[in-house]
Amino acid sequence: MLGTYYTFPELLIWIPFITGLIAIFIKNNKSVKMFALLSSIATLVVSVISLCYSDVAHHPEFFYYNNVSYVWMPYIGSSFSVGLDGMSFLLTFLTALSYPLIFAATYKTDYKNSNAFFALMLLTQAGIMGVFVATDALLFYFFWELALIPIYFLCSRWGGEKRIFATFKFFVYTFLGSLLMLVGIIFVYVHTPSVSADSAHSFSLNAFYNAVLTPGQQDWLFWLFFIAFAVKIPVFPLHTWQPDVYEQSNYPSVMVLSGIMVKMGVFGMIRWLLPIFPAALAKFDHLVMVLCIIGLLYASCIALYQNDLKRFVAWSSIAHLGLMAAAIFSANNLGLQGVMLEMLNHGINILALWIIVDIIEKKTGVRKISELSGLAGKSPSLAIFLVIIAFANIALPLSNSFVSEFLMLNGLFQFNIWFAVFGTLGIVVSAVYMLSMVQKTFYGKANGLVEKAQKMSAGQGIVLFVLVIAILFLGIYPEPVIHLTQTTVTDILSRIH
Amino acid sequence: MNAIILTALWGVVMMFGGVFFKKRTTPKYWAIAGIVIVLIANILEFFGHPFFNVDTKEMLRFDSFGLHFNNIAFICTLIFFLLNGRDFEKIGLHVSEYFSLMFFVLCGVSILSSFNTLLLLFLGIEILSIPLYILSGAEKRNLKGNEASLKYFLMGSFSTGILLMGIALIYGGNSLGSFYINSINLGTGNLSVLIAAGLVLILVGMSFKVSAVPFHFWAPDVYDGAPAVVTSFMMTIVKVAAFVAFFRLFQSSFGPMQHQWQTLIVVITAATLFIGNITAVFQKSVKRMLAYSSISHAGFLMFTLFALNDTAKEGLLLYAAAYSLATIGIFAVIIKMVDYSIEGFNGLGKKQPLLALTSVIFLLSLTGIPLTAGFTAKFYVLMAAVKDGHQLWLVVFAVVCAAIGAIYYFRVIQAIYFKEPVPGVNDEIHVSSSFKFLLVVTAALIILLGFLPGLLIDWIYY
Repeated sequence: MLGTYYTFPELLIWIPFITGLIAIFIKNNKSVKMFALLSSIATLVVSVISLCYSDVAHHPEFFYYNNVSYVWMPYIGSSFSVGLDGMSFLLTFLTALSYPLIFAATYKTDYKNSNAFFALMLLTQAGIMGVFVATDALLFYFFWELALIPIYFLCSRWGGEKRIFATFKFFVYTFLGSLLMLVGIIFVYVHTPSVSADSAHSFSLNAFYNAVLTPGQQDWLFWLFFIAFAVKIPVFPLHTWQPDVYEQSNYPSVMVLSGIMVKMGVFGMIRWLLPIFPAALAKFDHLVMVLCIIGLLYASCIALYQNDLKRFVAWSSIAHLGLMAAAIFSANNLGLQGVMLEMLNHGINILALWIIVDIIEKKTGVRKISELSGLAGKSPSLAIFLVIIAFANIALPLSNSFVSEFLMLNGLFQFNIWFAVFGTLGIVVSAVYMLSMVQKTFYGKANGLVEKAQKMSAGQGIVLFVLVIAILFLGIYPEPVIHLTQTTVTDILSRIH
Repeated sequence: MNAIILTALWGVVMMFGGVFFKKRTTPKYWAIAGIVIVLIANILEFFGHPFFNVDTKEMLRFDSFGLHFNNIAFICTLIFFLLNGRDFEKIGLHVSEYFSLMFFVLCGVSILSSFNTLLLLFLGIEILSIPLYILSGAEKRNLKGNEASLKYFLMGSFSTGILLMGIALIYGGNSLGSFYINSINLGTGNLSVLIAAGLVLILVGMSFKVSAVPFHFWAPDVYDGAPAVVTSFMMTIVKVAAFVAFFRLFQSSFGPMQHQWQTLIVVITAATLFIGNITAVFQKSVKRMLAYSSISHAGFLMFTLFALNDTAKEGLLLYAAAYSLATIGIFAVIIKMVDYSIEGFNGLGKKQPLLALTSVIFLLSLTGIPLTAGFTAKFYVLMAAVKDGHQLWLVVFAVVCAAIGAIYYFRVIQAIYFKEPVPGVNDEIHVSSSFKFLLVVTAALIILLGFLPGLLIDWIYY
């Protein structure tokens, strides 16, 4: 099994899944931490090896949607088929990379019932990986929900006082969204051509791309799928769960949620929404884009006035994702390439931002911007990291986001100049709130709280260093990523137009 | 035929056994032995080895669908007896008689899964219902139990009356003058006033039995008032058996004129889903909440009647198994508690980790989360409705209701894992290790059906 590289997409699911199940039985706090870290590193290694085979020109077998396919439910035309294409390579790599970094950065934190905590973290990873590699609609739905359940338990069990209600709101939103998508999946399925003798229809991705749907049917199916993905991203006005959940949850879960899980929505739109309903896309793209741009501007304005660092990051994330969602619906080469790149960049940037917020809260015990000042004097290294990350967030040249946001805005510009104008406005506002946050917390006169602050741990330092290197590398040389995802973008676009 | 005769026989055995059994714990083992025998006999018949060859003049027809449903019902009953056998001893003195009545109910179940004439339908419904009137009032000193029993009896006989009226009209209305459900199958051309009126009356009568809105008023009170063990049985095996009869009758008799009565089903389905889910949200007692949620599950099962295609048939069996297993499981846990309120579940995760874990799996299955049988069941019934292609808004409405369902099921999950235990409430929960083992087996079955529904469905086409 290990000998053939066809098994990569499977391994990416099974390693976290099986280690997650094992982790439940490791009662020792220290060893379960180490076990989870090792498991995530193993996944990362597999992901990196798979990337070595990602060059489609030399390994054409990887461009096909199904690398592996097992018989699962032949009587309804569903199979356990997983595969990697450019976009999946990118996102599985992001997931595989984020997990060891998250575990390393929060290595010093202790949890009650840590075995359950790490087990759920790893199961979430398995679910997310499954979403990114599934090439069967029913399997995709399974993983979509399987990623949700462990993260629901994680956020409800470990976190702030109002966590139960906040997380539950999140759960009901996403659950409703995914159930609506399920209706959509079933409807498209009933209209797919048969691919095997066993059943009249099929759940495979290719069958879904070839489904015969009238424009009238596409109109409402589009919204069923759209709501499911829009809740995850989140797109205005379905974003209301996010600030509460980010504020109330523990840091590792928030990092997973904001760094990786929101990408599930973006990924879903690109893989399962645009190519299946091109007629509806042409009809609704302006409407959706208006929502996205409203979300971008609205979230940016709210971020200006946030005092809680966690809520601040949450709103800034909603703003960035608003721009990403808008760029998806521009449905042109530049826009989609920008989204691909931004998925990776946003994952890196927001992870770094959360780690810094975590360090600040651990050091000073507060995360109110108004109560913090002059941290730079106490820990200059943290200040340097934060400034670089803040610059990356506002898309300064040489930082990773510059390239991706430039591409996305270009895509919007080709689509409609006014959307590009408002999108750029959002970036300007993001500069204002980011820099003012940096200024208020890190500069100025140090107060009593900050005096107690200690140095960050070695693990956190290394993780931040890795992330900053990634930020700079992708800012200077984004070509590998663009090369990786180009085939996917071309393929998706050929199905839309 | 095996199942019908053996359940009836075993009921008699249990009844007279009550005179001879010295210990109160003995009947339980006899009942378990009996259900195992019945199950084996039914499986043998399923594979073509009937013990009894009775010429029923085609009044009963044993097809693989009905026999397979029997298998499911008997397996669920077996699990139910193994889990809750001891709890019958808490109801009252006449343990053997309770089990005997259970076997008579099972006799009704097997008739309902294989009837071929309206007469046998009526007989099956009565054999199913009458023992339940007694069982729901088995706790003689409990006022709520008495109320439940009386209410169930009055409503039950009322609805049987309506059903009988419908049967009479259908009999009079069809030109063949026949009770056979296949020969009523005449198509829209013969839709006379008598047939139409009879159809509506039968629909109403059966809706009473499956507690579909607006004929559900008895359900919450009866399910809440009856002893918890009896409720568990009534809500699961009895209810799905009524659905199988409902489906069998409508598919055979009224299939061709489906589009004439489909609107009625649509209204009933929508109302059942809505009322069941909305009311369940406001319940404080878990037992009562499950009573309302069973109404909402009836709404999902109504989809099989709405669609009446092969997928609906598969979905019906799958839903029957998924819903019965999960409900029996969660009720087995509830029965071990003193306080049935949601607060009673607070901190169960700390007190009884295994009970908590399995309860959560049962609740997730009832919610319809993937990897549990509840999901595949919901998936199948919704797929049946989409394949039918009419009234798609109803499917969207159903999933919105399913999302509302998550609210009340997850409230219990939150209590189990995220809340601190209330001192003095359900402090002492004593369960044996065999009970725990069985709960794990039930949960494992649910998960198995969650990703391999074919294990169950394929047998329909045996």
